[in-house]
Amino acid sequence: MTDTDWPLWEVFVRSRRGLSHTHAGSLHAPDAELALRNARDLYTRRGEGVSIWVVPSAAITASSPDEKDPFFEPAADKPYRHPTFYEIPEGVKHL
Amino acid sequence: MATAAAHRTAGAPAYGAPDAGPEGDIRQRAFDAAVAADERIEPRDWMPEAYRATLVRQIAQHAHSEIIGMQPEANWITRAPSLRRKAILMAKVQDEAGHGLYLYSAAETLGVSREELLDKLHSGRQKYSSIFNYPTLTWADVGAIGWLVDGAAITNQVPLCRCSYGPYARAMVRVCKEESFHQRQGYELLLALSRGTPEQHAMAQDAVDRWWWPSLMMFGPPDDASQHSAQSMAWKIKRHSNDELRQRFVDICVPQAESLGLTLPDPDLRWNEERGHHDFGAIDWTEFWDVLKGNGPCNEQRLTQRRRAHDEGAWVREAAAAHAARHNGKNNGPTGVEQA
Amino acid sequence: MTTTLPTTAALALGDDALVLSHRLGEWAGHAPVLEEEVALANIALDLLGQARVLLSMAGDEDELAYLREERAFTNLQLVEQPNGDFAHTIARQLYFSTYQHLLYGQLADSDSEFAPLAGKAVKEVAYHRDHAEQWTLRLGDGTDVSHERMRRACEALWRFTGEMFQPVAGLDVDWSGMEAAWLESVGDVLRRATLALPEGPRTGAWSAGAGRQGLHTEPFGRMLAEMQHLHRSHPGASW
Repeated sequence: MTDTDWPLWEVFVRSRRGLSHTHAGSLHAPDAELALRNARDLYTRRGEGVSIWVVPSAAITASSPDEKDPFFEPAADKPYRHPTFYEIPEGVKHL
Repeated sequence: MATAAAHRTAGAPAYGAPDAGPEGDIRQRAFDAAVAADERIEPRDWMPEAYRATLVRQIAQHAHSEIIGMQPEANWITRAPSLRRKAILMAKVQDEAGHGLYLYSAAETLGVSREELLDKLHSGRQKYSSIFNYPTLTWADVGAIGWLVDGAAITNQVPLCRCSYGPYARAMVRVCKEESFHQRQGYELLLALSRGTPEQHAMAQDAVDRWWWPSLMMFGPPDDASQHSAQSMAWKIKRHSNDELRQRFVDICVPQAESLGLTLPDPDLRWNEERGHHDFGAIDWTEFWDVLKGNGPCNEQRLTQRRRAHDEGAWVREAAAAHAARHNGKNNGPTGVEQA
Repeated sequence: MTTTLPTTAALALGDDALVLSHRLGEWAGHAPVLEEEVALANIALDLLGQARVLLSMAGDEDELAYLREERAFTNLQLVEQPNGDFAHTIARQLYFSTYQHLLYGQLADSDSEFAPLAGKAVKEVAYHRDHAEQWTLRLGDGTDVSHERMRRACEALWRFTGEMFQPVAGLDVDWSGMEAAWLESVGDVLRRATLALPEGPRTGAWSAGAGRQGLHTEPFGRMLAEMQHLHRSHPGASW
């Protein structure tokens, strides 16, 4: 057995309260406990975080680039989902 | 954001599998268009095999340089002459391990494992920056490395924050943010020596004399002799030519050396009004190729130490893997860290 | 240098942190895996930070670190022990960080002049203790090789652990209560790591408070020679 058996983990860091966890990078660790500690040492040593998630990289399911069009393009032509779609007469407040 | 595993697991076709036929052309055109539009290429996007191979080689070499680069500076941690300097140096060497980790992670999004890359480093099939094959003979060398070597590295790396490959660019953003302290501490260290006792001043001058030329070599061979440059520029992996960056570095260093009260060991160094740049003397490329080939003062020593650390650590890595396999990581306390 | 009781205690605790930080610093570039380079350096930096505060309470930090002779250092013999293999380093960390965590926990809640430092350091040390515990579990309950190495390391360093509970002048601490808590905690970790508390002696002519009295082991002199030589080669210089 070699350290190729240390799987890869993705690290997500909440930089401060009120913000969501953001992908910071990845690292290797034999298990979740050490992954978390390694993440703390590596990705928050300048005080960059208040909370960390680690996720086995193998557990992530991603959309494939080939699905790019059917996945994301339909959302691009629904401008009515965005507030800027609507014209409001000048002077109307709190809208 | 796509990840290494996401890249590897979803049954996507192999990276940049040579695609003959119209579909391949479409992919190539999409890739070319993305690069031309300054968009980032992300791990699961189709990419030409040569682009992928170039990135793997460059990112791996960069990562290897970070971890081999720990050695010449770690050489002085136990002898740092004040506790303040000791803390700074330890933090700096630690950052280098961290930068190595960021970069290995970026390389792994291209479908190579860290283990494979380390194996190539240990067997000499992949290189690291030749600068680390020079020895750190005095304490002043720690300062010269910070000022000149890290300075040259930053000059090289800042443009890489805009590199066309997303994970590499993001790793470089993090690295550059952290590197800025490295160069400043080196400068400050040299300044303290230069303004110190005559012995300290001489120590600083000697270090700068020894590190100046190797630092200029860090930008790589002249443009007309650089085998990968043109293609890398076209792919926007590289943003400026070797000579361009070298010139930029020289121009930055000259006034800094003056304010340090130290001289640069080049009698031909002078301001050229016409060019708006400093002219500088000829670089001894024979030495460069010689060190690159393995004949530098510390090539053997650096690789031997790296291999030894890896080999002597094997039982530790095996133990943790065996423990994880047996317990599935479920017996050791909390799995979330929340700090106030 | 004054010799008030707080100074004695500041030197004892400061020397512990300084010397262990130095030993951990020796790992740079040699750790078994890159992630552990970062972890060991973090611990070393925490300890060096503590040392600087503590030594500054007793005088000039650099004069104290670089210009005292071996016999004037009052650190525990445990922390000066050479790194050995990773198991020895982890055993040393387990023994010391458990001790330091219990000690700083008491000091943080006291009204001594060490309370502010201890209040901050106790959080750092809790992490060191956790790190040591995690690795003790993995090495003890890992492979046959790692189990044997960890067992040997715990035994080799055992004789240096009795000294930790010799009272230090100037610290108002429940030493015997702390020793009981230490034995229970370390015993629990070792048991979960499929190891046991070693059975050898923990007290004796050279381990009962010897480091606190300025008596050290041979490797310490060489460590100091390396640490101090540059500073001493340039008397009066600033860096």
